[in-house]
Amino acid sequence: MAAEQGKVDPMHQFAIEPLFGTDHWQIAGYHIPFTNSALWMAITVVALFVFVWGGLKRDLVPGRWQMAVESMTGFIDNLLAANIGPAGKKYVPYIFSLFMFILFANVLGLLPLGLVGVHPFTFTSHFSVTGVLAIMSFAIVLIVGFSRHGLHFFSLFVPHGTPIWLLWLIPVIELISFLVRPFSLALRLFVAMMAGHVLLEVLSSFVITSANSGVLWGSVVGIPSFLLMIAICALEILVAGIQAYVFALLTSLYLNDAENLH
Amino acid sequence: MEPASAKLIGAGLAAIGAGMAAIGVGNVFGSFLESALRNPGAADGQQGRLFIGFAAAELLGLLSFVVAMILIFVA
Repeated sequence: MAAEQGKVDPMHQFAIEPLFGTDHWQIAGYHIPFTNSALWMAITVVALFVFVWGGLKRDLVPGRWQMAVESMTGFIDNLLAANIGPAGKKYVPYIFSLFMFILFANVLGLLPLGLVGVHPFTFTSHFSVTGVLAIMSFAIVLIVGFSRHGLHFFSLFVPHGTPIWLLWLIPVIELISFLVRPFSLALRLFVAMMAGHVLLEVLSSFVITSANSGVLWGSVVGIPSFLLMIAICALEILVAGIQAYVFALLTSLYLNDAENLH
Repeated sequence: MEPASAKLIGAGLAAIGAGMAAIGVGNVFGSFLESALRNPGAADGQQGRLFIGFAAAELLGLLSFVVAMILIFVA
């Protein structure tokens, strides 16, 4: 393999490709094929359904599987009870689905299935996907806020104890920070997932090119890079969990604003 | 200076932001541990705030990563 062709393109893994010959599919004049992104979303949903279905036995003494599912729902339950209070109970289904969907997507994208020739696609590393998730959360905040408090919801932009002489400035800052929320929510998840995958790809290109250029470089550069890759893989599993948790946590904080004002 | 090399230098400068965010994230977790060991009973109740601080500090580092990626691959 020539050195130029052996170069790993770190962005290729994010390419969206139509699968199963659906390239010509059109809906109302738009080009909408079944892509690898859609395939992995479907796989995520199926895995999530299987996981939750296995825990729906309602045994008085739960088995292992039921215990796993119940600890997840209990975790989200506690999160909402701590952040919103008793009114948070009705958001458990949404936050649970959101958290588990993102968590499963992140972890499925990290699976080493490349060893058997299947390339997992992390769809949470695309801004369009995380953007839609963030817009859903933001829309729920707006709907809940306006339906519960009506126009009084705008008092969110004037915190308690704002001095009179700052009334011209504080609402503007609060409004901007409110409007930036969906962007920061979506951007955080998408960039964190993309950065990790790019990093792994760059390190793998170090390993491959140094191993190709002889024993000396292979042992000086390649082996430390490979060890670092293993450590980064462990870190990525942590990041996959933390990002899903942060998304759910921030959504519940924003819901708390809508539910209780402040 | 060649525009292409200026882009790469800019991307390298953006990496400073990632390092600064590393200081911030370390500060968040370090301060949390420091105070959690003084009062372990109160530590569990503050875990939500820990992750809010982590998320805020991390977002800024990720933004600098986005700037670097845009400079290399998009601009």
